[in-house]
Amino acid sequence: MTGEAKPTAAGVRADLAAKKISARELTGKYYARIERENPHWNAFLALSPDRAFAQADRIDRLVARGEELPPLAGLPLAVKDVLATRGVPTTCGSRILENYRPPYDATAVERLEQAGAIVLGKTNCDEFAMGSSNENSAYGPVRNPAAPDRVPGGSSGGSAAAVAAGLAVAALGTDTGGSVRQPGAFCGIPALMPTYGRVSRYGLIAFASSLDRVGPMATTVGDVAALLGAIAGQDPRDATSAPVPVPHYTKELSQPISGLRIGVPNEYFGEGMDAEVRKKVEAGIALLEGLGCRRVALEMPHTDYAIATYYLIATAEASSNLARYDGVRYGLRIPADTLAGMYRKTRGAGFGPEVKRRIMLGTYALSTGYYEAYYLKAQKARALIARDFQQAFEKADLLVTPTSPVPAFRLGERTADPLAMYLADIYTVTGSLAGVPGISVPCGRTGLGLPVGLQIFGPHFGESRVLQLAHAFERAGGASL
Amino acid sequence: MKITKETVLYVADLAHLELQEAEVETYRNQLDQILTYVEKLNELDTRQVDPLAQIAVAGADPATRWRDDRTRACEVAAEALAAAPDARAPYFRVPKVIEREP
Repeated sequence: MTGEAKPTAAGVRADLAAKKISARELTGKYYARIERENPHWNAFLALSPDRAFAQADRIDRLVARGEELPPLAGLPLAVKDVLATRGVPTTCGSRILENYRPPYDATAVERLEQAGAIVLGKTNCDEFAMGSSNENSAYGPVRNPAAPDRVPGGSSGGSAAAVAAGLAVAALGTDTGGSVRQPGAFCGIPALMPTYGRVSRYGLIAFASSLDRVGPMATTVGDVAALLGAIAGQDPRDATSAPVPVPHYTKELSQPISGLRIGVPNEYFGEGMDAEVRKKVEAGIALLEGLGCRRVALEMPHTDYAIATYYLIATAEASSNLARYDGVRYGLRIPADTLAGMYRKTRGAGFGPEVKRRIMLGTYALSTGYYEAYYLKAQKARALIARDFQQAFEKADLLVTPTSPVPAFRLGERTADPLAMYLADIYTVTGSLAGVPGISVPCGRTGLGLPVGLQIFGPHFGESRVLQLAHAFERAGGASL
Repeated sequence: MKITKETVLYVADLAHLELQEAEVETYRNQLDQILTYVEKLNELDTRQVDPLAQIAVAGADPATRWRDDRTRACEVAAEALAAAPDARAPYFRVPKVIEREP
């Protein structure tokens, strides 16, 4: 993408309105690029050309009739494969759902299509969104377009890579412990985890229900805001979606940020952090200060307990949610003489190593005699972590941190040590546990050219402010620090 | 060592997971490491802390919102059955279950 202007939703819509290109031609162009380049990146697992061209023709009919185009008209969109798409394969990156075609659409997908977007296909991810490198996919790893020998991050690695490689203009990801923000940081694109309850999870295949969120990934913060505006809001089909009014994120994007208090928690700059990442994030904070923001030093003393808390809660919930894959209603079945035998063989063969590891960890944490020591203890620690955020937002309007302590690492470099992989999620899982919104926005590159992400947290339902700061940062040249 | 081979097999059985012989020792070792790490939560005094199970924002607490309990026709039954490994409408078929498993 270097050297050419980044494609955006607004640009696509303007080109269609000006009849520079038809939606059908544009869609065909993206499919041609995917066919040519996807074998190298492995970002897409399945394509949905029938659906895409039907939608493109609907947009082209609007253009022909001279009607007002919807906000995301013609937007070439990639959808993470944990979001249900009617009639289109939805595997969650798992063998256990290899040929599954859901009979319904996720609300977020449905709303983006209503806003004019064109679903090109489904993107690769860690199996059931469990992972931070995309190496846990049953369908092979994804390469990072910013550094092809490195991981794109995870679990929404395919979505991030598709956008970064120009195979889609925007994408949907999902974030349980950092799975939208960290691949956004690794691939050098803005990526948002909205507030818990901001976006309907109907049709998001569950991993950890008290943490899972759907979030947009795009080439610009403006597009992230536009996608959020389209998918946000209460949905009667998801009881956890909140009846909180949806602001006009795009219109509010350019509001002044001067005078905002940006909190910088000491605990996010501790040991284990790559020196170049530290330098870039410090430069990013200085850039924000130059834009008139006021830096406030903070302490969030329970940060160090977030990984332990997260991996107990997320795995406990996963062990319960993934009980549904039993070879009866959908997906893989390995036949056996008894029902219990069928369950065991199907699940043993259908799940990959990381998913089995997490199911066992979660089952153990919930089992008789251990529930109080592990699961209940983690829920109490979660309350303390949420309180840290509450207190921080009394002193600051937004928090600014690194997204990840390290830039993208080499494929295969970290797969042997699951605990080490978990520990690198330290800066993202905190906000997941607290339910707050957080964006990762590009913040320069290391000497090797690896993108660094700056993370901005806001208070519950404070997406508008988060996006404003990210937008100002982007416009001030944050990506080329 | 917190986790023995027997614990791994017990947990795998609870979770209906068939493990290969080689997996058992790998998981024993990894679960042992992870559970040793999460013990750091014991450093926290949580006697006065209520557990947080679900993020509930003012006015948006899922536990206080209920939709009307109305019946609706299921329009996707045929498609749902078509996704099953073995179905005979309107049922999913499974191996015969006569006696309780031991």
